[in-house]
Amino acid sequence: MNTTIMLFLVQDGITNGAIYALLGLALVLVFAVTRVILIPQGEFVTYGALTYASLAAGQMPGTAKLALALGIGAFAFDLFVARKALHGRLIVRSALTNIVLPAIVLALTVYFAAQKPPVAVSIALSLVIVAMIGLYLYRVAFQPLAHTSVLVLLIASVGVHLALQGLGLLFFGAEGQRGPAVLSGAFTAGSLRFTGQSLTVYGITIAFIVALWLFFGLTLYGKALRATAVNRLGARLVGIRTTLSGQIAFLLASVIGALSGIMIVPITTLYYDSGFLIGLKGFVAAIIGGLVSYPLTAAAALVVGLVEAFSSFYASNYKEVIVFMLLIPVLLLRSLAAPAVEEEKD
Amino acid sequence: MQSRLPIIVFAAVMAVIPFVPGMPPFWIVLLDNIGLAALVAMGLVLLTGVGGLTSFGQAAFVGFGAYTTAVLSTAYGLSPWLTLPLSLLVSGSLAVLLGLITVRLSGHYLPLGTLAWGLGLFYLFSKLEFLGRNDGISAIPPLSIGTFKMLSPGSIYYAIWVAVILSALLTMNLLDSRTGRAIRALRRGHVAAEAFGVHTPRAKLLVFIHAAVLAGLSGWLYAHLQRAVNPTPFGAQAGIEYLFIAVVGGAGYVWGGVLGAAIVVVLKEVLQSYLPLILPGSGQVETIVFGIMLVALLQLAPGGLWPWLMSFLPERSGGKKPDTSLKLEQRPRAPGHSSILLQVDKARKQFGGVVAVNNVSFDVQAREIVALIGPNGAGKSTTFNLITGVLSATSGSVSVLGKKVDKAPPQEIVKLGISRTFQHVKLVPDMTVLENVAIGAHLRGHSGPIASMLRLDRADEAKLLAEAARQIERVGLADQMHQLAGSLSLGQQRIVEIARALCVDPMLLLLDEPAAGLRHMEKQQLAKLLRDLRDGGMSVLLVEHDMGFVMNLADRIVVLDFGTKIAEGTPATIKTNPEVIKAYLGVAA
Repeated sequence: MNTTIMLFLVQDGITNGAIYALLGLALVLVFAVTRVILIPQGEFVTYGALTYASLAAGQMPGTAKLALALGIGAFAFDLFVARKALHGRLIVRSALTNIVLPAIVLALTVYFAAQKPPVAVSIALSLVIVAMIGLYLYRVAFQPLAHTSVLVLLIASVGVHLALQGLGLLFFGAEGQRGPAVLSGAFTAGSLRFTGQSLTVYGITIAFIVALWLFFGLTLYGKALRATAVNRLGARLVGIRTTLSGQIAFLLASVIGALSGIMIVPITTLYYDSGFLIGLKGFVAAIIGGLVSYPLTAAAALVVGLVEAFSSFYASNYKEVIVFMLLIPVLLLRSLAAPAVEEEKD
Repeated sequence: MQSRLPIIVFAAVMAVIPFVPGMPPFWIVLLDNIGLAALVAMGLVLLTGVGGLTSFGQAAFVGFGAYTTAVLSTAYGLSPWLTLPLSLLVSGSLAVLLGLITVRLSGHYLPLGTLAWGLGLFYLFSKLEFLGRNDGISAIPPLSIGTFKMLSPGSIYYAIWVAVILSALLTMNLLDSRTGRAIRALRRGHVAAEAFGVHTPRAKLLVFIHAAVLAGLSGWLYAHLQRAVNPTPFGAQAGIEYLFIAVVGGAGYVWGGVLGAAIVVVLKEVLQSYLPLILPGSGQVETIVFGIMLVALLQLAPGGLWPWLMSFLPERSGGKKPDTSLKLEQRPRAPGHSSILLQVDKARKQFGGVVAVNNVSFDVQAREIVALIGPNGAGKSTTFNLITGVLSATSGSVSVLGKKVDKAPPQEIVKLGISRTFQHVKLVPDMTVLENVAIGAHLRGHSGPIASMLRLDRADEAKLLAEAARQIERVGLADQMHQLAGSLSLGQQRIVEIARALCVDPMLLLLDEPAAGLRHMEKQQLAKLLRDLRDGGMSVLLVEHDMGFVMNLADRIVVLDFGTKIAEGTPATIKTNPEVIKAYLGVAA
């Protein structure tokens, strides 16, 4: 192996690692706030990517309709829960966020899809669509289960993943798609070639990590989210709406997922079911980070990306085996260092 | 003891089904698949529902079983009956390897860890040359007895269902035993079980292996039913589906696994064959419906269907009272008074910068009741945890009968005859009082898991239950013996904890706030019980806030404040000690 190949692999690894880092961060965020291990994170990635690619190709993405359908579902749940004390303001507010908003977005999508929109519009629409899906999904699937055990939430999460992946096939077909580069152009430094796309990936990852750090450290909402993560009941007692925290977490996670998808779809062809594996690699990073630490997760994600890049060069057949087995020594170390504290379980 | 009648009826019905005239052959295929899934789900019931360990990786163990027999019976021409023990052995020993790594993980790490190695193994199956890569292995010989070859789904049907019913029986036997009680206590955390000598990592590993062997058995049958294997049915999706089956059926119930398998297999079949008619078009519509139904089911019936069905049956009246004439061996007692049983010498415990216990020294002698009192946060419970090995002291030492036990784990301390209750009750709420108390006698029984499965443990088991029943009668809860521990009042649960501690046959009983939540009469009964125990040769060390109770009962009192011992003496001297009054009431103005 010469230095060029090595540098190339490192670059490749860092680009992938940055994506895994973002996904890992989203997983940590959602788990910390809602205790949901978000398996459908991968679907947010593919939905974001394929919605963007479809729009750019002038096709109507089915995800916009899904957002409206889920929104109607969320509205129905809201009405059902509040059936004993229905009042006008509540109905109007729920209808606005759950039905009117996705309806407008659907109309915009239909309008723009017909005339091959500019990249910025495609990105904006894709992000909004997936963000809404994430938000309504929390309302419909997870909020009614918020009080149950991590296991029940995990299985529900698997159910959501199955449904979304099936819908993905329905919306986008079995063919893979690629999207146009977000930032075109490239420059070379020494023997390395930097594309605008990979620089976008680095930039957005770093921006997100800093933004999350600021959000959790400095804003009231961020602190409320952290409080919910530590103690649901305690957070409610001091007036934090835990439902709101859950919504924010899902909103952030779906935006992060969709953004990651949009950033990689110009680099790699994505299929309706690619998200699961990508999301799982984010998981590997999140687990290495212990599902609690953001910087550790980001660092672990880079390691996962690098290991993946190098193993695809040396033993491409065993790429996935190596990445997932990377967890075993980490788990081993964690179990050796595991403190003997009692967990009070429900 | 559960009645065997429903199982016999079930077995008879299953035996007759293939002979029903006009039975479509396809239904038999479905029943075969149900049996295969039920075997795996049964393991998951034990692992997840009972033991509290969620595994997404069970499909990998099915794969180990299937590939072992596939390779050995094709490439090496071994008879399938010879490969059966080998398949189970491979699944079992790989479960030991993976289990050693996995079962120590706590909380959400465990399911995620299983998901990760489950995926890794799936890719390994599909890449290894000798496993046929993605194409797998075909032309696997059928099972045969003499010249009779089980070629059709109808003929292997019996092999599958005999395996299912036998496994269910063995699993239920295991749960209803000394080892089973230890397993059922796992889900509620490890501190209580360990305080009575249960080696929790070993118990977890045991259920892990049990579940893996059942999955391996399912894989072995699968390979000889399909006569071909490929990696697809052993992937993450399948692992998820097995878990789904267990949850649908009711993750805490062995038959829930069978019920869940029936529902899911039939449902999938119906969805796959009818949905395309309703919703034509490309795509896996059945996965979508499947996923949505899964979420809906969890929202509507998170406990699964089996317990819901069972709630329609008339409630079974309480179990048989154990024969209390059976005796367990007792510990030899230290003779006479004034031998020092427990010596705490300058024990110190720091949590970061906080000194919870600050160089505390005291002792407990034989036949003596010592009370440890002090305001909240004085370090009383931490002292208990230091003595019982839950925490290890930063410095100083704890000795029992002159032998230092500073670094000993709780399982070793209890062997020395020191048993305890907890400030926050740690019982298993869905086990009966009798079963909870019998956990206390864990170390006094000897039957292992294999003996329990084969019902060779009955003599041993009868003695353990007799001892538990005796202790329950002793503390005055004989009427509640067969009720679920979770249904008792908090005060009664504390008394159950005392009965459990007495089952150890202790020399020293450590009670953490035993009188909290008791009514006046109950407190008097408790005081009498403790005096009787002392007169019978036992020592008691108790933490208690009820001063009336302590002053009337204790021979000696040790007072802690902010982790430091401020006084020690008889109740009379403590009552008038100015330091103690200051600690409790503040400085007199």
